[in-house]
Amino acid sequence: MASNNQTEIIAEPGKQELFIKREFEAPRELVFRAFTDAEMLVKWLGPCNMKMRIDKHEARAGGSYRYVHIDPAGNEYGFHGVSHEMLVPERLIRTFEFEGLPETGHVVLETARFEVLPNDRTRVTIQSVFQSVADRDGMVQSGMEYGVRESHQMLDEFLAKQLVN
Amino acid sequence: MLTYKFVRKYLHIKMALQSRRDVFQAIADPTRREIINLIAFNPLNLNSIAENFDVSRPAISQHIKILTECGLIVIKKQGRERYCEASLQQLGEVSNWIEQYRKLWQEKFNALDDLLEEYKAKQKKK
Repeated sequence: MASNNQTEIIAEPGKQELFIKREFEAPRELVFRAFTDAEMLVKWLGPCNMKMRIDKHEARAGGSYRYVHIDPAGNEYGFHGVSHEMLVPERLIRTFEFEGLPETGHVVLETARFEVLPNDRTRVTIQSVFQSVADRDGMVQSGMEYGVRESHQMLDEFLAKQLVN
Repeated sequence: MLTYKFVRKYLHIKMALQSRRDVFQAIADPTRREIINLIAFNPLNLNSIAENFDVSRPAISQHIKILTECGLIVIKKQGRERYCEASLQQLGEVSNWIEQYRKLWQEKFNALDDLLEEYKAKQKKK
C-alpha cells in the first residue's frame, strides 16, 4: 500500500534549481538502499508505464551509471552521469544528463539528502541544480507527460502557494 | 533521476520559453507578486495599489510596467481612471509544469512505498 505522504516540488520562479521532497515510512538505511541498489532502483524509478533497464551502475564515488527507460512502443530514453559522493546513508551527489536532447552538455547536479525522522521514518530531499533557468524549465517540461489542461483549481493552488505571503 | 518522455518537444519548448521566461522574471520579485495578489480578483487603479506599499509611487509604476509588458497585467481605461487587471492565464502555465512534475514523482514514490513495505516485511521474517 502506498502511503499518504505527499511529494513536494519547490521550484521558485527565475531560479535554476528545484527541490523534490518526500517522506517515507521506512528507516533511513532502507530508503538509502532503495536509491542505490540496482535491484531495488529498477522496481520504482521508471515512470509507471515504462520499463527500466540498468546498463551501468557503479554505486561508489567516482563510479558512473547509465539507465534506460523504455516506453510501450519500444522507444528508449537513456540518461547517464557520474557519482561524486556516496555518503552512506545520508547523502548522494551526482551529475545527470539526458541523452535525448538535441545537443550534449546540458548537465544537472543532483544532491539527495536522507534525514532520520522519529518512528523509523525518513525524509528525502533531492536538489537539482541546472545550468540555467531555461534549462530547468525546458528540461523538466520536456520530461513530463503533460496534457494541455488548465483548471481553476490548479491556479488557486498556485496562487495560494506562490503569491499569498 | 529526471525522466524524459517528450524529447522532441525540447527545442520547441525552448523557443516557447523565450516569452515565458519573462513571466518567471516578473514573478521572481516579491513586490510584483504582492501586486498580482492584490489585484488578482479585484482590479485597482495605480493610486489604490500604491497605497498598499511603502515603496514610492514611481517604483510601483515601474513594477506595473514590467508586469504589463509580460502580459500579467492588463490596463483598462474607465473614464479618466486606468485600472490594472490581472491576467492570470500565463501563471497557470507556470504552475502547470510544476504540478505535472510533482505528479510524475508522486507516482514513482508511491511505487517506492510499496517496495519499502515489501522489504520491511522481509526483514521482519528473518
